[in-house]
Amino acid sequence: MTGNPLRSRRAEWLVTLPSLLWLGLFFAVPAVIVLAFTFHGHTPNGGVGEWSLETWRELVDPDYPAIVWNTIRISFEVTLWSIVLALPCAYAIARMNSRWRAIVAGSIMLPFWTSFVVRVFAWKTMLHPDGWLQSCYLTFLRVREWMFGWLPGSLKGLFVWMGLANSGPVDPAASTILDSEAAVVLVSVYSFLPFAIMPIYTAAEKFDFSLLEAARDLGAKSFYAFRKIFIPGIKQGLISAILMVFIPAIGSYVIPQMLGGTDCVLIGNKIFMRAIQNRNIPHASALATLMAVSVLIPIACAMWWKRRQNARDRKRLEAETARLMIGGASS
Amino acid sequence: MKRSFFSVAVLGLVLAFLYIPILLVFAYGFVPNGISMSFFGSDGRFLGVTWKWYRQIFTGGFAIKPLLDSFWLSITVAGLATLISCVFGTTAALALHRWKGRLQSIHHTLVYVPLIMPDILIGISLLMLFVAVKVECGFWTILIAHVTFCVSYVVMTILARLQDFDDRLIEAAYDLGAGPWYTFFKVELPLLLPGIVAGGLLAFTLSIDDVVITSFVNGAGTNTFPTYVSSMTKHSKNLPAVFALSTLMLIFTCALVGVSKTLTGKNQTKQKGK
Repeated sequence: MTGNPLRSRRAEWLVTLPSLLWLGLFFAVPAVIVLAFTFHGHTPNGGVGEWSLETWRELVDPDYPAIVWNTIRISFEVTLWSIVLALPCAYAIARMNSRWRAIVAGSIMLPFWTSFVVRVFAWKTMLHPDGWLQSCYLTFLRVREWMFGWLPGSLKGLFVWMGLANSGPVDPAASTILDSEAAVVLVSVYSFLPFAIMPIYTAAEKFDFSLLEAARDLGAKSFYAFRKIFIPGIKQGLISAILMVFIPAIGSYVIPQMLGGTDCVLIGNKIFMRAIQNRNIPHASALATLMAVSVLIPIACAMWWKRRQNARDRKRLEAETARLMIGGASS
Repeated sequence: MKRSFFSVAVLGLVLAFLYIPILLVFAYGFVPNGISMSFFGSDGRFLGVTWKWYRQIFTGGFAIKPLLDSFWLSITVAGLATLISCVFGTTAALALHRWKGRLQSIHHTLVYVPLIMPDILIGISLLMLFVAVKVECGFWTILIAHVTFCVSYVVMTILARLQDFDDRLIEAAYDLGAGPWYTFFKVELPLLLPGIVAGGLLAFTLSIDDVVITSFVNGAGTNTFPTYVSSMTKHSKNLPAVFALSTLMLIFTCALVGVSKTLTGKNQTKQKGK
């Protein structure tokens, strides 16, 4: 192997350099520039001013914290709905025979062959205040009002704060679904749902369903078996599904732009507004940094969890090996 | 054992949820009134369906010229970005597969991180770069941005293909006296071609569909199809033409994927036959 020119140092650099240079120049360097811009002030004519901490100080003051919180809350909501819908779907697909699996899994990905913007536009047309979806939405709000209406004030307040319950009685004129948070959540779930189904389905495909039958034979109720056997069995897929939805939801920009109106402005919209419309480059950079942090935290958590899991698996394997070896020695 | 009706019912509802907008895209391509986007007149009378939006697309009427221009710009950008990212993607995948040193771990991080970052962060950071070096945004900045986010996907697709690549073939070529270039073009490249094509197709679809990154780096007046559509309002009277064009694109993509499926399917049966 030593004489192989394919393994030489020079060949390595030759093959690595094109992509390394490109991504270094157009991905790593811009990231550093963004970070550097956050430590600059801005000039009135849209330029970048002197080095200062002005931008970070201004970030605490106006409505930014509310926007960051809103973005994280809506992303949680979207992730929750996507996972709740994706779990039974993935379960149903994994239980089909291989022919049907291929057909259904394929038809879940097929909508992606239509342009994303055009699909969002179709939703925009559907959600028009005169349309049938608007009346569905009003019914939904009334049912929700009835469901949460009996709760004591403080508990209801918690649900209202989480965006799950209405704060007051339903007013048809003020509750149009277009240009509201509900439209953003609905269409975000629509757009990201396939990304939640696919990882869970891939994990569920490898799951041994006879375990569920065994649990049921031992007297477990279906839902109990689903929760205690199926969910832990597919948690790897579940975690990637959560990341696959949560990350694009945090970075969401087109959906709130087209469907959220003035009601629902997320970090993504604010970044675009600051960068393109107000030409406040340092503020846009600082918001982008905040967004990167809110994306990196869940990723770091997932990586930490996976590493711990691997360590645990290795320990278990070592213990098992030791046990077998001792057993082998004694027999 | 008991089938879970609940999960099948949810799956059915979810499929309906996923397909309703697609059906609407198809239907709106035939809508007679482009402003109200309705098949019914104000008196509730059914107005029928029309082919006029499709006719406009093929004859290229004056009103929809910007739409068609943006569409061709999208095709050009996606085609060029696919070519360039396939070249970079292939070399990067080969490097990552063959060497496992410090350099490659940095390289791998650089390739991997763009995959997990939201698009908007790639868009804003590229805009910052262009601001910092004072480059006018336009066609070239769009192309650079598209190559940047496509490369990582191409690398990952080819790397997956390299996993079951038999490295002994290359050693055999060397033992038989072939040089590095000859080996690359005559042995490795043909074997990797399906992976490169798959990565290229992915890059093309990502590039042609991208709106977030493009809207940061397109500058004034240069629009790709998605950014043009997102700048249209609900009451733009050419909206049905957008839906008609999308229907055509969907049919074209389905045909393309169908053809490639049958081709690879034939290949696989041939290999199995051996």
